[in-house]
Amino acid sequence: MSGQVLELARRSLLQTLRQPALVVPSIVFPLVLVAVTSGGLESATSLPGFPSDSYLDFIIAVPFIQGPLFAMINAGSSLARDVETGFLKRLAMTPMQRAALLIGQLAGVMAVALLSSLVYLAVGFAFGMHMEAGPLGVVALLALAMLIALAFASLGALVGLRSGSGEAVQGFFPLFFVLLFLSSMYLPRPLIEQDWFRTVATYNPVSYLIEGIRSLIVTGWDGEAILLGFGVAAAMAALGVFGAAAALRTRLVRT
Amino acid sequence: MTQLPNGIEVEGLVRGFKGGVRAVDGIDLVVEPGEIYGFLGPNGAGKSTTVLMLTTLLPPTSGTARVAGHDIVRAGAQVRREIGAALQEAALDPLLTGREHMRLQTALQGVPKAERRARGDALLERVGLIDAADRKVGGYSGGMKRRLDLALALVHHPRILFLDEPTTGLDPQSRSEMWQEVAHLAREDGVTVFLTTQYLEEADVLADRIAIIDHGLIVARGTPAELKAEIGRPSLEVKPAEREDRDAVAAVLSRFGTPVTAPPGAAAVRLRGGVDELPEIVRTLDGEALSVVDFRLHAPTLDDVFLAKTGRKLEGGEPAAEPEAVPA
Repeated sequence: MSGQVLELARRSLLQTLRQPALVVPSIVFPLVLVAVTSGGLESATSLPGFPSDSYLDFIIAVPFIQGPLFAMINAGSSLARDVETGFLKRLAMTPMQRAALLIGQLAGVMAVALLSSLVYLAVGFAFGMHMEAGPLGVVALLALAMLIALAFASLGALVGLRSGSGEAVQGFFPLFFVLLFLSSMYLPRPLIEQDWFRTVATYNPVSYLIEGIRSLIVTGWDGEAILLGFGVAAAMAALGVFGAAAALRTRLVRT
Repeated sequence: MTQLPNGIEVEGLVRGFKGGVRAVDGIDLVVEPGEIYGFLGPNGAGKSTTVLMLTTLLPPTSGTARVAGHDIVRAGAQVRREIGAALQEAALDPLLTGREHMRLQTALQGVPKAERRARGDALLERVGLIDAADRKVGGYSGGMKRRLDLALALVHHPRILFLDEPTTGLDPQSRSEMWQEVAHLAREDGVTVFLTTQYLEEADVLADRIAIIDHGLIVARGTPAELKAEIGRPSLEVKPAEREDRDAVAAVLSRFGTPVTAPPGAAAVRLRGGVDELPEIVRTLDGEALSVVDFRLHAPTLDDVFLAKTGRKLEGGEPAAEPEAVPA
């Protein structure tokens, strides 16, 4: 089983790395957004009650959510392609275990997500980011980032396997992008003036993912934010993994 | 049911789809070990659905089948161990190279790690892809993809090979290379081959025995020679020396069979009584003082067999889409 997982993870990694158009934006795009906002919104830090005196420290949490959105597309369209081309049937003919396909595919996508996370951290530190929770905080941040990547990648896998269509996966992407913008991405929730926006951001699970990551950078060890971050990510990941496993059982029928 | 160690036995196999379509409507067949069995039929006849059931990827609605002595429903894993399959539309990953495909396949099939590379390269060599081994499959030609597909199916030394329309869409050169490879597998390596095709020539050249399937039912079976002898009677084409004698010649011929299409200036009939009538025909033509420049006997073809069994021509007929293999 572990050998199967390794080979399938390797394939997933090769698939992603051989499509630079998928890797480069997932790393560059979130960083461009950070560069633009940390320049333009620096004055937000002087708002009463803003948790940080550096907008970079505040906004750098966002790429750790935005990157996994690309991981979602990669995992989803890759599995959808396997359905479309019939590659899944080829795999079904071998003694491969279904779980190996899912784990391998997700592992490959998460390896890319880990690479992206390390780039975000490196760029952040290079531009003067402070890590309030210290070196252990970096480890906790990476752990949470990986769990978030797993959550989004498995949700992508679920859509890819259920629909069997790359287009459906692509269509799913804007939905999550909107969720990202309707979160506490740009401002802490208490400082959002519009009532409806604040309400949406409060019910939006993505807010808690961002706040979990952000708390480690800006606040230090904030038990509630960390717990909520890990909790929401774990719940999404559980939904995604079980959903994707069920979808794969339906797709990969064999007697 | 007897148990054929590397044969196939099918009894009353049925597969229905949504909307009540029965893509396979109760077929029986026996494939003997080591033979090439041709499963011939037009698009949508139920060929691929049959292959999917026999390769354990689609549960039958009813009926039973044993592949390599194992029940396809109760012992799917054992069946899969014994078989290799190249399904329709060689399903490959365009982003991976040929060698990477072999690596993944050998690993998933449980080939010991130390032997994977050698096994993969030996098969790539065998199908003539060793020089293209490190190129991405997205850039392969149709023929190369089919050959890689075949190589992938052979990784675990299967005793039975399923080939679903292995040459559809290939140019004549690639087609004949594929035929040689398939023939080699059966004749030299003793692999049993179950081959579906919509090409009469392919079934004729390759298959030891043939079943013709139409609308989910087997309408004829036997060796190519038996089938032709059974239904396809020879046709006779006669060209008179004088063009204006054509109608007279046609009139004579029509006493011996049913007229069929003939080249300009000639007449032709499907002989009712076979070759035994030839002397009588010659005597009759001579008796009516019709002189002849060309006198040709055409052996029956599988197309004639198909026409006789289904009332339609197989090749060049209206293609119908095969129902998508979605469980009902």
